[in-house]
Amino acid sequence: MRADLAIIAELVAPGARVLDLGCGTGDLLEHLQTDKQVNGYGLEIDPDNITACLEKGVNVIEQNLDEGLDNFPDDSFDMVVMTETLQSVRNPNQTLDEMLRIGRECVVTFPNFGNWRCRAQLSILGRMPVAQHLPHSWYDTPNIHLCTFNDFERLCSEKSLRIIERFVSDANHVNRPLMNRFPNFFGTYAFYRLGRPHAREDAV
Amino acid sequence: MAVPPDSVGIIQPQQFRWDAPFALQCGETLAKFELVYETYGSLNAERSNAILVCHALSGHHHAAGYHDAADPKPGWWDACIGPGKPIDTRQFFVVSLNNLGGCHGSTGPLSDNPATGKPYGPDFPMVTVSDWVRSQTLLADHLGIECFAAVIGGSLGGMQAMRWAIDQPERLRAALLIACTAKLSAQNIAFNEIARQAITSDPQFHDGHYRSMGVNPDLGLMLARMVGHVTYLSDDGMRSKFGRELKSGDLNRGRDVEFQVESYLHHQGRSFSSQFDANSYLLMTRALDYFDPARDYDDNLVKALSAAQCRFLVISFTSDWRFSVAHSKEIVNSLVEARRNVASAIIESEHGHDSFLLPIPRYFDVLKAYLNRLTEEARDAG
Repeated sequence: MRADLAIIAELVAPGARVLDLGCGTGDLLEHLQTDKQVNGYGLEIDPDNITACLEKGVNVIEQNLDEGLDNFPDDSFDMVVMTETLQSVRNPNQTLDEMLRIGRECVVTFPNFGNWRCRAQLSILGRMPVAQHLPHSWYDTPNIHLCTFNDFERLCSEKSLRIIERFVSDANHVNRPLMNRFPNFFGTYAFYRLGRPHAREDAV
Repeated sequence: MAVPPDSVGIIQPQQFRWDAPFALQCGETLAKFELVYETYGSLNAERSNAILVCHALSGHHHAAGYHDAADPKPGWWDACIGPGKPIDTRQFFVVSLNNLGGCHGSTGPLSDNPATGKPYGPDFPMVTVSDWVRSQTLLADHLGIECFAAVIGGSLGGMQAMRWAIDQPERLRAALLIACTAKLSAQNIAFNEIARQAITSDPQFHDGHYRSMGVNPDLGLMLARMVGHVTYLSDDGMRSKFGRELKSGDLNRGRDVEFQVESYLHHQGRSFSSQFDANSYLLMTRALDYFDPARDYDDNLVKALSAAQCRFLVISFTSDWRFSVAHSKEIVNSLVEARRNVASAIIESEHGHDSFLLPIPRYFDVLKAYLNRLTEEARDAG
């Protein structure tokens, strides 16, 4: 399993209810279902990914995140996960709101557009960055909302979301010492564990 | 004609007799009944690989294979059932029956009423999806099947699978609900009522006693089927299949014009009226209209589905407007809320409600992937 998925798996309590937005081929949910008896569901729209999930016995539901998540009631999940999907949803801001409405906590991972490789390509070569973690050309990329770690944290602060945990890694999902000092420059992927704003928590 | 190699081959229908009273939900009791059924593939030693296929409104027991070498057409779901097909008969033992109240060999309006010695006709009691499920459990007992690997059905067949999951939670490991709904909409019921009115207002209907008068409400049945058929197709599907092509006549002179779509509907209607009993049709559409498992659970579908133990696969088709994608989504959402295991797929198709009968590549990929997984689980369960 991908290193970032392994970290998420660590966070999930046995028997928890987990919703995985853009669950891909269902690796995380398969692991959680077998090893942690989690009641998990994944949303996906890619037919091949859905088939792969079915072969694994994963609860995959065909649903487009961009069409909203209002079919899931408030507080219906313990954890809502979205790995490497934030940058390709139509309205990341709203999706984050929805994630923390449906679940008490959420985990979001995404690629860092502020990584030094991206910066170098744009500033020195004057071209849109293409890298291991962002392999698409500008004209055929599904990534329509790329951001840097700083951008993301600013959004969280504007929304008063609590950042419970952050983990920065390289393209192979391994954490290296320099990244912790200069995450927005050296980090390739970030993993954020978020909680609801305090005010909202009181209201619940 | 040679039987294709991926067919289940020549199939002999079988008869199951139940000689004890069978109480129906409506309060009436059948003194005894018979069900005609077919099986494909073989039951394993652990009896863990059985699949029950439930038929839709106008379906019957003959789902796959041929009845004899001269048979021009295979069973109604032959594309899906057979060696190497999505419901792989090398892996599964498939059971398919004609439901109670049907007109293809199971006890129904055409059968003799033991109380009078004459055919039931319109006096055959009302049957519900629940009654069907209970009669199917008796057939399962007879075949030595304690727990089905899966109960599968499209449309009204899917409703039976849903009812199995709720009423007999210990007796199936998976329910496949295809182009299905948890209850009919007002529009659905309206179309069924038009079909029923077409039949009952046919002068040949004679309040359902047409057989004893030696006639048949052919015209009414034909109209009923024509209306039904329009709701099974989609606007786009009909456009690409028929367009405004003429079968005969001249549009400029406006004489003897028959569009292809008219000719098609006439043919469908006529062949149906020669194959289907009117009283049976009235009975089956009523069973459709009354289906609403949530009603027994304070009108709460989540509560109803919480009784289920099995896993679910819910499949819908984009152009199906009879039981649209929204109907399937309601089922999926309720299953998630009920914390049941559920997967779903929405298949792109222009063929409307009828899509569930067609070999659409992605649809069959989904079925295959899901059923492969069940094969493994059947092995583990054994």
